[in-house]
Amino acid sequence: MTAPVLLSAHGIGKSFGGVRALHDIHLTLRAGEIYGLIGPNGAGKTSFFNTLTGLYRADSGHFEFAGQRLDTTAPHRVAAAGIARTFQNIRLFANMTALENVMVGRHLRSRSGILAAILRHRRQRAEEADILRRALELLHYTGIGDCANRLAGTLSYGDQRRLEIARALATEPKLLALDEPAAGMNASETAGLRTLVQGLREDGLSVLLIEHDVKLVMGLCDRIAVLDYGEKIAEDVPAVVQHDPRVITAYLGSGAEDDDA
Amino acid sequence: MTLPRLPARLGLFLIALSLLVLPFALSAAGTAWVRIANLAILFVFLSLGLNIVVGFAGLLDFGYVAFFGVGAYVYALLASPHFGLHLPFWLILPIGALVAAFCGTVLGAPTLKLRGDYLAIVTLGFGEIVRIFLNNLSQPVNLTNGPQGISRIDPVRLGDISFSQSDTLLGLTLSGPMKYYYLLLALLLVVIVINLRLQDSRIGRAWEAIREDELAARAIGVHTARIKLLAFAMGASFGGVAGGLFAAIQAFISPESFVLTESIMILAMVVLGGMGNLWGVIAGALLLSFVPELLRYTVEPLQQALFGRLLIEPEVIRMLLFGLALVLTMRWRPVGLWPRKVRHRPASLPTGTGGCP
Repeated sequence: MTAPVLLSAHGIGKSFGGVRALHDIHLTLRAGEIYGLIGPNGAGKTSFFNTLTGLYRADSGHFEFAGQRLDTTAPHRVAAAGIARTFQNIRLFANMTALENVMVGRHLRSRSGILAAILRHRRQRAEEADILRRALELLHYTGIGDCANRLAGTLSYGDQRRLEIARALATEPKLLALDEPAAGMNASETAGLRTLVQGLREDGLSVLLIEHDVKLVMGLCDRIAVLDYGEKIAEDVPAVVQHDPRVITAYLGSGAEDDDA
Repeated sequence: MTLPRLPARLGLFLIALSLLVLPFALSAAGTAWVRIANLAILFVFLSLGLNIVVGFAGLLDFGYVAFFGVGAYVYALLASPHFGLHLPFWLILPIGALVAAFCGTVLGAPTLKLRGDYLAIVTLGFGEIVRIFLNNLSQPVNLTNGPQGISRIDPVRLGDISFSQSDTLLGLTLSGPMKYYYLLLALLLVVIVINLRLQDSRIGRAWEAIREDELAARAIGVHTARIKLLAFAMGASFGGVAGGLFAAIQAFISPESFVLTESIMILAMVVLGGMGNLWGVIAGALLLSFVPELLRYTVEPLQQALFGRLLIEPEVIRMLLFGLALVLTMRWRPVGLWPRKVRHRPASLPTGTGGCP
């Protein structure tokens, strides 16, 4: 596969006090790829996400995205560059409707300010109509079209996950970063999620996926990077990673420690 | 905006009609009541402004009265013998709004990273700073005339009509306060429309998103710093306009009108009515403006009749009941008397694409 490189991390490092969360992480994600990021709890996966999306400031290294150095000084700049994310512990706007959640996602790709809102001129109304239409489309696309007018906080767990994806998609990302989207889902919800993510890729999106559900990761991802104690210990196609002795050690530990892998 | 259905339209018409004849009814009970109504409308202005900051964007603000004060002093300085300036009100009100909005931004900028209690403390401090400034800016240059305040402020004038005197129009005698009432009512209509439009807009949604989850809002591309400053500035500008009108109506202002308890009063109106819901906030403001005044006029005669003398000062009872009302609200209706409803939007695409049953 020789698709162009979409995202590359160059020596990302991040420490919290004495704890080294990330150390010299290099990885490359190609356009159209579903790229898995796995590792035991505390390996640094979410730290990597937060560094990429500007919630943390990296101590060293930088990202390149779509051929340009990514400005990770502010989350909204990262989103504007074309990276949208979801959160491990769902972070929806609970007291807004599902539809409004996705409409907020259109903020970045719309322009009307205070004055336009007050005057409601033709351009503002057209933009509002467009926001509404796109948001509805995305709700239908992610399979929760019938929830449009329900408060986000009242949706079922699986639907909340879907809504978070719909909201992220509303920003028109090139790369969708999903932080444990299948956590807490039952088997049928996970199957639905898998279909959804595959559909996204078919529609031209690249996906960066943190996931604990090994079956899902192995079946879905084109390539996988494995983190352990903040370092990348493997990066390859699932079949190879699965049998990498360092990965097996990282997950199972050298002793008899058990993990969900 | 689509036209409401017939019963709703009839209701709207009746409300409009009663609002139009209200000052005549009130003035039958005494001009004081018209003044009280005017003050109540000003508090609705203030509550709606604060609602943008607290109700929409979720930023707790304990210093809101500062913007009311800024607006009032802008008016007083530009239309009184103090500096010998006498600009027309339609010029001063926008200036007051802008100056207040600027102050809102200045307050907002250092608080952008604060939330909840910490934000409340800083805003409380800001409110006090403004009041103390107003109190002390009489030297070295006499800017605010200090605690003596500024008097003989120009009333609102429209052409030859002065709002401080009575006029006869079509056989009806309109007193000064009545004229102010109609002016305030007209401006209130504008303010309500602005609020409704803001709430249902890109910026309004961003405000609500910040209230719900600031981090998530940032992650999907909302420039939270800018949007929060917009909320502070927008809310403050309403306070500025209200302040200007207050100065014109009272003809005299002093720093004493802009104390912390006023901020708390406005906040209580917003919270009691229902944060984030326009109509709730309006109801809260009217309730907390009128009921205490009613008490003021009923408690004393009632005590005289029952006990033959005055046992408890009306002011004390007023504050007692006021506190009780707030405690009861917080206990049984923490979302306010008239909370926000879920806004249903047309889901025009075909349904049946899964999700909610």
